[in-house]
Amino acid sequence: MKKVKTLFDVIGPVMIGPSSSHTAGAVRIGLLSGKIFGEIPQKVCFKLYNSFAKTGKGHGTDKGLLGGVLGMDVDDESIKKAFDIAKKLNVDYSFEYLESYDKHPNSVDILLEGKNVQKMEISAISKGAGEVVITKINGYSFNINGDYDTLVLIYKDKPGMIYKVTALIQSANLNIATMHCDRNAKGQEASMGICLDGVISNEILDKLKEIEEVYLIRNIEMLKK
Amino acid sequence: MIKPDTFKDILELAETENKKLYEISQKFEADSLEIAQEEIRDRVKNILDAMKEAIKQGLISAEKSSSGLSGDNCAKLVEKYKSGKSLFSKTYQKVLTYSLATIEQNARMGKIAACPTAGSCGIVPAVIIAMAESLNLDEEEQINALITAGLIGEIVSEKLALAGAVAGCQSECGVAAAMAAAGLVEMCEGTNEQILNAAALTLKNIMGLVCDPVAGLVEIPCVKRNAFLSIYAVTGAELALAGIKSVIPVDEIVDAMKQVGEMMSPKLKESSEAGLAVTPSGIQITEELAKKWQQD
Ligand code: SF4
Repeated sequence: MKKVKTLFDVIGPVMIGPSSSHTAGAVRIGLLSGKIFGEIPQKVCFKLYNSFAKTGKGHGTDKGLLGGVLGMDVDDESIKKAFDIAKKLNVDYSFEYLESYDKHPNSVDILLEGKNVQKMEISAISKGAGEVVITKINGYSFNINGDYDTLVLIYKDKPGMIYKVTALIQSANLNIATMHCDRNAKGQEASMGICLDGVISNEILDKLKEIEEVYLIRNIEMLKK
Repeated sequence: MIKPDTFKDILELAETENKKLYEISQKFEADSLEIAQEEIRDRVKNILDAMKEAIKQGLISAEKSSSGLSGDNCAKLVEKYKSGKSLFSKTYQKVLTYSLATIEQNARMGKIAACPTAGSCGIVPAVIIAMAESLNLDEEEQINALITAGLIGEIVSEKLALAGAVAGCQSECGVAAAMAAAGLVEMCEGTNEQILNAAALTLKNIMGLVCDPVAGLVEIPCVKRNAFLSIYAVTGAELALAGIKSVIPVDEIVDAMKQVGEMMSPKLKESSEAGLAVTPSGIQITEELAKKWQQD
């Protein structure tokens, strides 16, 4: 757990109980995953590991994850009814409960399928006190925690891509707080996760989308504190 | 100026500036978040409102949590008090019911304000809100108390992570009780020194409390612990308001708690591998729940 920085880390947050790591953390993972996927999925499967698997039902981790994917925030009282709401939206959801010593105690892999985005797999962990990290998207390593607006890109790996992207960001006078890159084994595709010190305009976002052979681009707004 | 990170320094600063601790704290918060002090107070008010709403909802519900391990305790207490029979004064009855109301809302996936954590969310609101009702104190005074309570939690957390998994329950319910005691002294117009003594006395006597939840759920012992520690917090405030001092200064107590937390076996830090979690009854409950949830 990180050190408390403000009064509101001690008094608050206002949240749906019972656990900041297993409930609020699950909601935040779901929320980020939903934003990364980019639409309400038609089908979603959550693979819960270790403590998430063992105590998940008692902590509402399942409802939290699903509610988050559907866009609910940590203080949304409809989280408790997430299953019913998902059914009404025709979202086919399922859960698997697994154990893996290689994984963090509170881990989840989320498999999503949708209308426009066919398939995506997202991995995440809940670190405690509501803090979460998206660690993988479609096998690429990421480090997205919802503290910053974050640009997510997956693209064809070729020289000059990082320059093109960062130049566009700089042209908008935006600071890059951190950047995290990865590439697949064959070296044909690569990923970028760019945390920004500000809000990116639609205009720049459109220009980024125009870059050739970018397969996936998302602007993930930071989560409410 | 950087916000002091020890109790000694913040007390000195408050005394030189002739201000109450909450005034010092709200100014630092406003500066660091770059907003007006009024906005800090507004945000605290929103949290206070959420706490009141959780109490209100909790008082009228007997819905069990999804494990079935809690949810009906507050209702039993409310029922008993209707009969007029109690060992406690009306004020203490309120403190006790408000804490159970809040923590059982948490257990049944209701909306609460973590304070400092979800598992210890019943203590600060119960003490501050119940006592304010009994003493007829207005909202501004409750906000002052909450800011005071928050300051205690913030400074403790400079050294001690507020998480059962890191330092045991002394750092969750224990710290919540110290926060509540300090807030209550503020509401009773105690001095800055008395506020810190309330926190010190409270922390000192809860040191070493382990985190051993049955089946890994925030229910046993957490729910009833919130009730116990709310009353306990009032004791801390009462002693401090009488001018009783902690011989060991509060900063040193926090250092000692950190040391104790480090020496505590990981099995007693939220992993449910020792203590209540592995009593025969604890194990039986764990196994029954595992079976029930496998069938779901
Ligand atoms: S026993 Fe553990 S889980 Fe329960 S309130 Fe204390 S620290 Fe939290």
